[in-house]
Amino acid sequence: MKRVQFEHSAIPYLFVAPQIIIILVFFLWPAAQAIYQSFLLEDAFGLSSQFVWFRNYEDTIFSDSWLQAAGFTIVFSAIVTFLSLALALLLAVKANEVIRGASTYKTTLMWAYAIAPPVAGLMGNLMFNPLIGDMYKFLNAIGWDFDHKLDSFDAGFVVVLISVWKQVSVNFIFFLSGLQGIPKSVNEASMMDCRSPTRRFWTITFPLLAPTTFFLMVINITYAFFETFGIIDTTTRGAPGGATNTLVFKVFQDGFRGADLGGSSAQSVVLMIMVLALTVVQFRFIERKVHY
Amino acid sequence: MSKVQLSNVIKTYPNGAEAVRGVDMEIQSGEFIVFVGPSGCGKSTLLRMIAGLEKITDGQIHIDDGLINDVSPADRDVAMVFQNYALYPHMTVRGNMSYGLKNRGMPKSEIDKKVTDAAEMLRIGDFLDRQPNQLSGGQRQRVAMGRAIVREPKVFLFDEPLSNLDAKLRVQMRIEIKRLQRRMNVTSIYVTHDQTEAMTLADRLAVINDGKIEQMGAPIDLYNNPETLFVASFIGSPQVNLLPVTFDGQHLVNGNLKLAGFSDLPNSKELVLGIRPDELSLDDNGQFPLRVDIVEQHGSDNLIYGGILGATDDGVEEMEFCFKTSQDMLPDLDSTLTLGFNAERAMVFDKTTGDRLR
Amino acid sequence: MKQWNWRLISTHAILIVGVCFMSLPVWVAFATSTHSAEHILRNGLQFWPGSDFVETYRQVLFVDGGVMKSVLGTTMLKNSLILGIGFAVGKVIISMLAAYAIVYFRFKLAVPLFWVIFMTLLLPLEVRIIPSYEVVAGLGLLDTHVGLIVPLIASATGTFFFRQFFRSVPDELLEAARLDGATAWGFFKDILVPLSKTMIAAILIIMFVVGWNQYLWPLIMTTKEENYTLVIGIKQIYQILAEGGELPQYQKAFALTILATLPPVLVVLVFQNWFVKGLVESEK
Ligand SMILES: Nc1ncnc2c1ncn2[C@@H]1O[C@H](COP(=O)(O)OP(=O)(O)OP(=O)(O)O)[C@@H](O)[C@H]1O
Ligand SMILES: [Mg+2]
Repeated sequence: MKRVQFEHSAIPYLFVAPQIIIILVFFLWPAAQAIYQSFLLEDAFGLSSQFVWFRNYEDTIFSDSWLQAAGFTIVFSAIVTFLSLALALLLAVKANEVIRGASTYKTTLMWAYAIAPPVAGLMGNLMFNPLIGDMYKFLNAIGWDFDHKLDSFDAGFVVVLISVWKQVSVNFIFFLSGLQGIPKSVNEASMMDCRSPTRRFWTITFPLLAPTTFFLMVINITYAFFETFGIIDTTTRGAPGGATNTLVFKVFQDGFRGADLGGSSAQSVVLMIMVLALTVVQFRFIERKVHY
Repeated sequence: MSKVQLSNVIKTYPNGAEAVRGVDMEIQSGEFIVFVGPSGCGKSTLLRMIAGLEKITDGQIHIDDGLINDVSPADRDVAMVFQNYALYPHMTVRGNMSYGLKNRGMPKSEIDKKVTDAAEMLRIGDFLDRQPNQLSGGQRQRVAMGRAIVREPKVFLFDEPLSNLDAKLRVQMRIEIKRLQRRMNVTSIYVTHDQTEAMTLADRLAVINDGKIEQMGAPIDLYNNPETLFVASFIGSPQVNLLPVTFDGQHLVNGNLKLAGFSDLPNSKELVLGIRPDELSLDDNGQFPLRVDIVEQHGSDNLIYGGILGATDDGVEEMEFCFKTSQDMLPDLDSTLTLGFNAERAMVFDKTTGDRLR
Repeated sequence: MKQWNWRLISTHAILIVGVCFMSLPVWVAFATSTHSAEHILRNGLQFWPGSDFVETYRQVLFVDGGVMKSVLGTTMLKNSLILGIGFAVGKVIISMLAAYAIVYFRFKLAVPLFWVIFMTLLLPLEVRIIPSYEVVAGLGLLDTHVGLIVPLIASATGTFFFRQFFRSVPDELLEAARLDGATAWGFFKDILVPLSKTMIAAILIIMFVVGWNQYLWPLIMTTKEENYTLVIGIKQIYQILAEGGELPQYQKAFALTILATLPPVLVVLVFQNWFVKGLVESEK
């Protein structure tokens, strides 16, 4: 904090008031509502409700469809995180190596950041459209009996591909700036100590990028959990048979489409706990970073 | 033209650090006061309390006759020059200098005049429309001064304003600050740990140690008549020569050395004898045999460092002395010089309390 | 020497493949959008632009019923701009004020209020969708700009960013300003805001993109077609294509994706340096 601060009674409250009020009304209150509703069971017409303790949790979380969604979310997040990080790291390392055309590569690799997930979703969806999509035809032509409307693996493939495509540029930006942040003298020293560029990368560069990588992992997991909603909603919508349902997509489906308020709220609360866990991990890491 | 009065000022930081432990001081109108002391002794804290940037834990500060303990910094009518200048980086030199006046609601024409005058006085008139990052260190320093000057405050406060400049510029600015202060005749308080700055700038010098004032007075008085061992060793460059001794009734004794010419000293206590390097002289009947280690040639004079034969500190090491002499005195290394001193002008301190005994 | 050349070539090859992977889909989307529906249905996706560019985009942007049931592309464009700009500006204002209070003032509730702001990180919209909808509906804010933008701007990211930045501003600046008689508001307006100019620009750009790309919230907040943003339009056209009809208007769907992509991409490209700086700094 600052050595010298203003001491006023009212002014600081005035300054934080807008944000705090909005948070109270649109964040804390709805969150509390979600928690409260997760313990209620409404009758079929939404006229009366009854306090049922953890029944909603038991009903939804131990249901096959929720477990299926949870399983898919975890596998999906792991694959998307790994692939988009690996691809971005490869591109960043290469872009950092070249001298000619470096800024052109940089620009053309990062601009996809600005594309909204549902837009990416629709584009991808059309590429895989059985009527016009060349990707669809291409995959079938090379002997893959591809049909993402019926085959759950193929559907997962489409969703992963689009999600990775959308996420590579963010990771690329961070990796590249991480690489550029490594002091030139360190690179020069390592060049004198180690002849093999590959070995240099894994023993010097990659460890120095570890903080960035860890941070990006958290970001990417969060992305795969939450922001891919827009992609799924414009591609498979959970089809076939719920095989590509993520947890967030299911909350939305059950709450808005299915009008199962209690069940949807219970799922929300479980998601809150997951976010909490992710945040704790992230802060652990930030604390550690301070010691470097 | 204002006087500043501190009575029993105390500062304890929230973390428990006692930075200032009861300071009393009366600063006359137009006086130039310098605070010196080792790092962490509380100089900056004291200055910042006068500025109002730090709350006063206890005691009172008056400017003229007004108690200003709870007056906001803006209303104290003081101006400060910071070590890192703290110029507003996005404003031009003119903007920096006029900001305080604008906030006081001064009409624009008057501000312009004051800024132009001050800029001329500081020879930064050509840079008025530049931003701080387009100026050299010395020019930035002048802008910081200019920002203080235009305000025509009751008190100028300086916190090590020259320590970011190179040696040559520092001397130049030192003279300029003194000249400006004479000309404007504004009460000024100046924090430094540079010996020479302190000696040359101050009307009166306050030596601060561990949150308290050790001694305050004209620089030359502090040099000639330090009241404590701390002041004696802090003021004066090269440092005063110190020799641990005891008194046997007639002589000050250390090892084989027996120094005559002293009386009326306690003979049970551990004492310290202090002799300034320029009080020593070559003297065949002298009492200090000095074995020459190093000769530093500073130009007009030479400093000769060496061990006093026969004198020990805790019975182990030879005591090292410094002898200041003229430039043509160039003894061979490892030769031995015999030095004498004037007992009248030598200082004796109580080793435990640090008090001056004579 | 020869080996070194190979290395360089492989490096460029990898980069070029990467660039194609990232860019080709968008190019194909654009090229296809300039062909007629019949042509696309017969020949699939197109790699080279066709002759229907003007016709398709005219239909999408200006013709009633050209793409949605009634809303024009230009209206959706306008709604997207309002959301993007409103979100960015609102977020910068709100978070600068809050960060200023937290960093520069000593007040009793500073710590608890900081934690309240922090809590927003734990509560992304996705975990409180339905109650949030109920609150907005209860306040009568459905289908309004206020209801769309205000709830989005309160999350902590911007506040944290400015808090971090303000803490890096040298203490002496505030001290000098106080001696110069600056009030709390004066210091903010005369010194802190001008000092933060680049930071503000960077955040504005990032937040414009984030706001423009909002999906879930506008989806549940808007019920009337005239309030659709382009990104919501995407969802609708998906619906229309999925329901099927006589002749699927693929070229219009592609045109819509291009329209929804172009403004944020342009902003990012034009202000690339600020954007990258803001993005990387904000995560520190
Ligand atoms: N904001 C603070 N919080 C706690 N303790 C402080 C703070 N500022 C200073 N101190 C402590 O108070 C004592 C005096 O500090 P001050 O800055 O006044 O020293 P100084 O004499 O100016 O030293 P220097 O010559 O190094 O600038 C030091 O021990 C310091 O650690
Ligand atoms: Mg200091």
